[in-house]
Amino acid sequence: MDAITGENQIVYDARGLVEPDCEVPKVSKIDGEKATFDALDLTTRQINLELRWLINEEGVTDVTVQNPGAKHSLAVGLLTRCKITFEGSLGYFGCGIIDGPEVHIKGRVGWSACENMMSGTVVVEGNAGSLTGAAMRGGDLIVKGRLGARSGIDQKGGLILTMGSVGANTGFMMQRGRQVIVGDAGHGLGDSMYDGIIYVGGTVRSLGVDCVPGEWMDSDAEFIDRKFRIYDLGTPPTFQKFVCGKKLHNYDNLEASERKLVL
Amino acid sequence: MCGIAGIIYKDGEHNIGQDMTRMLQSMKHRGPDSTGYALYAKPTEHVVMRYTVANTTTPRDYEFQGRLKRNRAEVESRLARLDAKIVSNEKETDYAFRVTLDYSGDLKQIADQIEDIPDCEVLSLGHSLEIIKDLGDAETVCAQYHLDTFSGTHAIGHVRMATESDVDISGAHPYWAYPFSDIAVVHNGQLTNYFQWRRRLERSGHRFNSECDSEIIAVYLAEKMSEGMSLEDAMRLSLDELDGVFTYLCVTADALGMAKDEMAAKPLVLFEGENMIVMASEEMAIRAIIDHEIDTYDPYEGEVMVWTR
Repeated sequence: MDAITGENQIVYDARGLVEPDCEVPKVSKIDGEKATFDALDLTTRQINLELRWLINEEGVTDVTVQNPGAKHSLAVGLLTRCKITFEGSLGYFGCGIIDGPEVHIKGRVGWSACENMMSGTVVVEGNAGSLTGAAMRGGDLIVKGRLGARSGIDQKGGLILTMGSVGANTGFMMQRGRQVIVGDAGHGLGDSMYDGIIYVGGTVRSLGVDCVPGEWMDSDAEFIDRKFRIYDLGTPPTFQKFVCGKKLHNYDNLEASERKLVL
Repeated sequence: MCGIAGIIYKDGEHNIGQDMTRMLQSMKHRGPDSTGYALYAKPTEHVVMRYTVANTTTPRDYEFQGRLKRNRAEVESRLARLDAKIVSNEKETDYAFRVTLDYSGDLKQIADQIEDIPDCEVLSLGHSLEIIKDLGDAETVCAQYHLDTFSGTHAIGHVRMATESDVDISGAHPYWAYPFSDIAVVHNGQLTNYFQWRRRLERSGHRFNSECDSEIIAVYLAEKMSEGMSLEDAMRLSLDELDGVFTYLCVTADALGMAKDEMAAKPLVLFEGENMIVMASEEMAIRAIIDHEIDTYDPYEGEVMVWTR
């Protein structure tokens, strides 16, 4: 196993969470390209192994996971186009580093959902905790409830859309991508952002350093209308637009476009 | 990291010992060092005191057992001198005891007299609050102290990953707000103006049993309430006067409150049901006692909420 070991091969497991001999449970009911399994009595590692086995080895493209029980780190690192439905809530770090899946969560997600997400879609029916979409690089993350603090921190691309309100320091050090917030925003919105766009439908408690109102363009309305239509979110409200004032960091004429090429 | 949990029922007594054990055990990964409970039973006319006569870090030398007996005898002797009649006296472990007292005097006197004995510490003192804390996970502490049948109306709990002070009973949460009865606190975070507040409160005559920053919160709130402030107002003021990153829960004889700092740096997930309010650092702790789908949310930065039973 790859747990932290020293010269004497002593396993550090103070929290009792190491599962050195975990195997694929193979408990799913498979019907063609669809599969369902109950995660109630499975550990995080067992659930993730089951998902990988179904998607990568059994040719399943549509998985339903029952009773996820707000366990942490579920559906992380999935790099294949597929559909996954969680019939319940996820804990921390759900759907992190995914590249391709369409995930539907019929509950809420804890902190740091979709961290480093590369592409695909994640739709959350409930609320989401803090740091949602941290360092996200692509794809669409739709939260129908409200978001905690610092959502989209270090966001490098993609869309985070919430139908509710957001907490403090949303979009902190955001570098690219967009956030659409139908409700209110907490203090320090867009603090120290490099680039990207934040749309807010409600009130803004305060703007962060170098976050300024932006000029509304037809393309902004087109983008928002399209996303509301795709995800069946009804009629979008009127939004304010916020962008980077470009006074905080060292920008020159070439830097922005060069940076976008490498990100 | 640490994990905190709270529960308050609005429809009478429930098995809060079992509820809290399930919640804390599900968050064992957040704090493997120690586990603590502040449980509120139906208030009685007697005073309930939980105390220890040795800490887990006390050397287990040849004299250890002898010191335990002498300390316990000295506690009973001092209680007698204070006219505190012992109604019941239960031995929970070799070093932890629960006594009920027929006593109408100043509770501070009891606490000061007991804690004057070397290695002795009063964990809680009041008419409904009982604080139980020890090393190990929730199931271990629950079995050790027979908490699986503890009935009451509200409770808070804590699993600790020690960062600021020793791994021992004194450093474990919850903290009783000496010398104010029936007030306790659990905390996840760090206070950066700890020494400033500790010196202020010590100058006001308060004592501290640990080097843990969290102990400040309990005494701070209790002092504000003793000056006439409500629990909610005291908690709101704490957001301005305590620096650092924190989420904490405070309980009194009839209320449970939560406060989150202005950065919302420490988590708390909340469920408000018809007859119960449950909160914890992680949703999986709430799911440990509720088996159907529920709507939960994270309170925002700078939020203070208080519920009464």
